[in-house]
Amino acid sequence: MRLVAQALAGERGGEPVFSGVSFSLGEGDALTVTGPNGSGKSTLLRVVAGLLPAAAGTITFEGGGEEWPTPRSAAHFLGHQNGMKTALTVDENLRFWREFKGEPHLESQEALEMMGLGEIGHLPFGYLSTGQKRRVAIARLLVSYRPIWLLDEPTAGLDAASEAQFAELMQAHLEDGGMIMAATHLPLGLTAATELRMGAGAAA
Amino acid sequence: MWALYIRDVQLGVRAGGGALVGIIFFLTVVAVVPFGVGPDLNLLARIGPAILWVAALLSVLLGLDRLFQADREDGSLDLLLIAGQRHMSALMVFVKCLAHWTASVAPLVIAAPLLGLFMNMEPVAIGAAALTLLVGTPAITFIGAAGAAVAVALPRGGQLVSVLVLPLAIPVLIFGVSASYGAVTDPAPFLPPFLILCALTLFFAVIGPLAAAQALKWSSD
Amino acid sequence: MTDLANPTRFIALADRLVPWLGGLAALVIAVGLWMGFNAPEDYQQGITVRIMYIHVPFAWLAMFIYTAMAAAAFGTLVWRHPLADVSLKAAAPIGAVFTALALITGSVWGKPMWGTWWVWDGRLTSVFVLFLMYLGLIALTRALDDPTRSARAAAVLTLVGVINIPIIKFSVEWWNTLHQPASVVRLDGPTIHPSLLWPLLISALGFTLLYATLHLMAMRTEIWRRRVISMRRMAARGAETAA
Repeated sequence: MRLVAQALAGERGGEPVFSGVSFSLGEGDALTVTGPNGSGKSTLLRVVAGLLPAAAGTITFEGGGEEWPTPRSAAHFLGHQNGMKTALTVDENLRFWREFKGEPHLESQEALEMMGLGEIGHLPFGYLSTGQKRRVAIARLLVSYRPIWLLDEPTAGLDAASEAQFAELMQAHLEDGGMIMAATHLPLGLTAATELRMGAGAAA
Repeated sequence: MWALYIRDVQLGVRAGGGALVGIIFFLTVVAVVPFGVGPDLNLLARIGPAILWVAALLSVLLGLDRLFQADREDGSLDLLLIAGQRHMSALMVFVKCLAHWTASVAPLVIAAPLLGLFMNMEPVAIGAAALTLLVGTPAITFIGAAGAAVAVALPRGGQLVSVLVLPLAIPVLIFGVSASYGAVTDPAPFLPPFLILCALTLFFAVIGPLAAAQALKWSSD
Repeated sequence: MTDLANPTRFIALADRLVPWLGGLAALVIAVGLWMGFNAPEDYQQGITVRIMYIHVPFAWLAMFIYTAMAAAAFGTLVWRHPLADVSLKAAAPIGAVFTALALITGSVWGKPMWGTWWVWDGRLTSVFVLFLMYLGLIALTRALDDPTRSARAAAVLTLVGVINIPIIKFSVEWWNTLHQPASVVRLDGPTIHPSLLWPLLISALGFTLLYATLHLMAMRTEIWRRRVISMRRMAARGAETAA
């Protein structure tokens, strides 16, 4: 399986924010997208996820077969928001995504335990702290399986211990043959990640 | 998909959900009309079906602006759209509409016969009004979904949804009310407008979600 | 009074009171209704007059409970009494149910008497508006998960409602006499006979006791509910330090 971008360009509000971005990710590869604010990191991720149309260039997912014909069908997307309902319990939230996204992987309880949140499945999501909410959102990546993880500032709001936990999870995902593409300006603790620098001049 | 339906119904009826407020709004609107037109029971009996329909239309619209807005604010909408390969986005919208209808609109249909009594309507008229509401309100939800999707990215989208959707819902209102009247007043037929109402609901059940899914795709940024 | 301010003591007291109050309520209601069914029939209304023995207590409780809620609202705003808000929130659904029952029994009574389920007569309409006010309050108290934030809003709304009730009553009656020709037979029968009055008073007492029981139970539930919320919040915080 291979995620390939060729001369990708993206725009926001009619303004081009980046252009000519090419990369290729194979199984077990990680790509960190870095760069100053406004350099188009989030836009790039949204283009890859299929939420925004590419202004130019192509993004394809090779070898996914019938199951994952496009990048967006093969991807987990973790955006700035957590995608959880405050009125439902953590467990209800995760089980919803597990069922909705299909290809169930871990049970929601197992996924929570991986993020050190085994105790709080029965609590309404709204009661959690910012860091806990983020960890629940990360647990969502584990309840159903996708080869590609698209992560937009995944560690925002996490403390050092949780960051380390998350780094282990990402490492395990890569060793499993997964791919990770993360927009960040903090080191994620990935040992063998290529870096894609966005920003004026660097993107070309 | 079933999971999405369950989740949306749960959110609607749980504390803080809009379902309860929608029903109270319906009751209040219906209750306010007699104060405007006077307590003449004959008059109320005559305009009863129309009042029920207008009140139902307004209360359905009241909750609709949150249909996608809430999902957009917490990021779920992105995830629902990404899953579009697996679950067609239009189908996702359709399921959300059904859930919204179950949680917020079906109670109105159940409450409508009771309010018919307040309007001194005849039993047949009450039955006809409830039946037309049952068949016709999904159409309003489906049209409303398209409006809600168009307005989802806009600030103050809520009022805009009503403004956008009300004119589009007029045919539903026309045939809903005329079918209710057809059941009681003699020369007017019941079945033709009722069947047209059914057709409208089926038609909008396809058009609404398709349009909404397209609008949502364009609105994401 | 200061003892009762402590929710734990309140719960202990409620635990002891609820069975007795409930039993007493059941007994008094049974006696009242039994007497009601053995009271002579009204010469004008026949057997239908018996619905009075539940309808009038319901209508009286509809107003009484709102008054109690207004007192609780006053307690919330002036003394910041921790139980006042619990009391208000617990009473609202009970009041709404009794008001709905008053409306339903009233229209069941009205059907044979007036020939229609409902007339927009001054008194009926006022009760209906009261019902809508109850529903609004329930929606408001349920809208926020956090009790401290909804407490004051509900209290203010309740008090505004109290001030408004005479105005609503007055305007509704004025509205009705202005519009409506005397098409409806008013229920101004002869003054009530003691043989009818006693069962009525007893069943009113019984239903009031029932209300007191339900209110205590609802308050107890509401206190427990709030404890569950704060325990859950603590659990969320606790999980953080443990991790």
